[in-house]
Amino acid sequence: MNAILRIENLHKRFGDLTVLAGIDAAVEAGETVVLLGSSGSGKSTLLRCINFMETPTEGRITLHGRLVGEERGGVMRYRESELCKLRTRIGMVFQHFNLFPHMTVLRNIMEGQVTVLKRGAAEAAAKAREQLARVGLSDKADEYPARLSGGQKQRVAIARALAMDPDMMLFDEVTSALDPELVGEVLKTMRRLTEEGMTMVVVTHELGFAYHVANRVLFLDQGVILEQGEPQQVLKEPATQRMREFLDGHSLFKLPD
Amino acid sequence: MEHTWDFAAILANWRVLWVGLQGTLIVFAATVTLGLGGGLLVGVCRYAKTPLLRLPSMAFVEVFRNTPVLVQIIWFYYAFPILTGIEVNPFLAAVLGISLNTMAFSAEIYRAGIQSIEPGQWEAGRALGMAYQQTLRRIILPVAIKRILPALTNRGIEVFKMSTLASVVAYVETLNQAKLIADLNFNPIESYTAVALIFFAVLYPAVQGTYILERMLRKSE
Repeated sequence: MNAILRIENLHKRFGDLTVLAGIDAAVEAGETVVLLGSSGSGKSTLLRCINFMETPTEGRITLHGRLVGEERGGVMRYRESELCKLRTRIGMVFQHFNLFPHMTVLRNIMEGQVTVLKRGAAEAAAKAREQLARVGLSDKADEYPARLSGGQKQRVAIARALAMDPDMMLFDEVTSALDPELVGEVLKTMRRLTEEGMTMVVVTHELGFAYHVANRVLFLDQGVILEQGEPQQVLKEPATQRMREFLDGHSLFKLPD
Repeated sequence: MEHTWDFAAILANWRVLWVGLQGTLIVFAATVTLGLGGGLLVGVCRYAKTPLLRLPSMAFVEVFRNTPVLVQIIWFYYAFPILTGIEVNPFLAAVLGISLNTMAFSAEIYRAGIQSIEPGQWEAGRALGMAYQQTLRRIILPVAIKRILPALTNRGIEVFKMSTLASVVAYVETLNQAKLIADLNFNPIESYTAVALIFFAVLYPAVQGTYILERMLRKSE
């Protein structure tokens, strides 16, 4: 198996609150995995553990066959420098875009390349333009983020992450803050990435995206993976009562066929 | 009581006041640089996660924010040399007192500015692989400082006026020179009025300039 990412027995606790209670999962190269679950199910926390935006309380994460961190006395220890390096290889896109307001679109996409990867300005700018073209926003290079629509901002955020040449992309509810009419352009961009073979882990409430684009769906409930499999199977024939309730809640007001 | 205004002695001694104004400007330049620059350092430490940086900077802020600048200047001039054996001249005493006080106040302004930045900005920097320092310097501070610029310029104005406190240790600045003229010519009313006018004449255009600067920065957003 060609697993880029392997997660073993992952736990995350915030004080007394257990958010993740033993997750085992693997992501293969070129795969798009969608994490589903109600709020509080732990799906965002799981995503944020992959690039160590959150430090797992317990468990191991292996990237490209190499264990992240060191085990000492039965406890995992992580060095910030190692995590910084790891984050350059995993792109992340956020619900609220988090573009840098004081930089133009182009500068936003150059920032990580220049500051972290130490690329020269010309190389970084060329790479930034290339990624902007990829998300269809070549004409916005010199705009400031405040002048963009939500959908455009999110596509810039995707370009910013892609410019780092990541091995994998994480998407954390990236359409949840968008007006409904702007959701499509972002999902389309993400679908293109899937088709180009990018490895992606996606937290979303867009069941249609999960159904049509994902290779695999994981359904989280109370910090564990309750169901997983191909979307056509998991979404059409849920095995658990909990998953059925979740799907019913989502399709309560669907238009009739 | 009637007072007949007579600025003749002031005008005749304009060189004395000019020397004083130069002294004022030198103290201002030193204290505003040290105060606002050092304040940035203290403010960042005030926000640091490690208590090794946070606690001393907190103590620093509390000590210098809660003691009068005038007392600090006097203390550095009279008490410090006796306690340490280190000679302190009037200039140094004034610069120490005003700078440390300004550092403490501006540290709080910087801290508020940093805290006003959305946590998502830190996250975005971190997710790109940027270290804490890089995110702070390149992402957080540029936006934070723009936001707190009015508060910082306000501090600058305060610092300029605080320079008159240096006269208490007989540092040659505007107020001290005016006192000299008043003593020699028995015209305290005109002398001190002249000091007020000089400060107004310098500060008013400078403040207008900061308004223009703020407007320009707002436009660039």
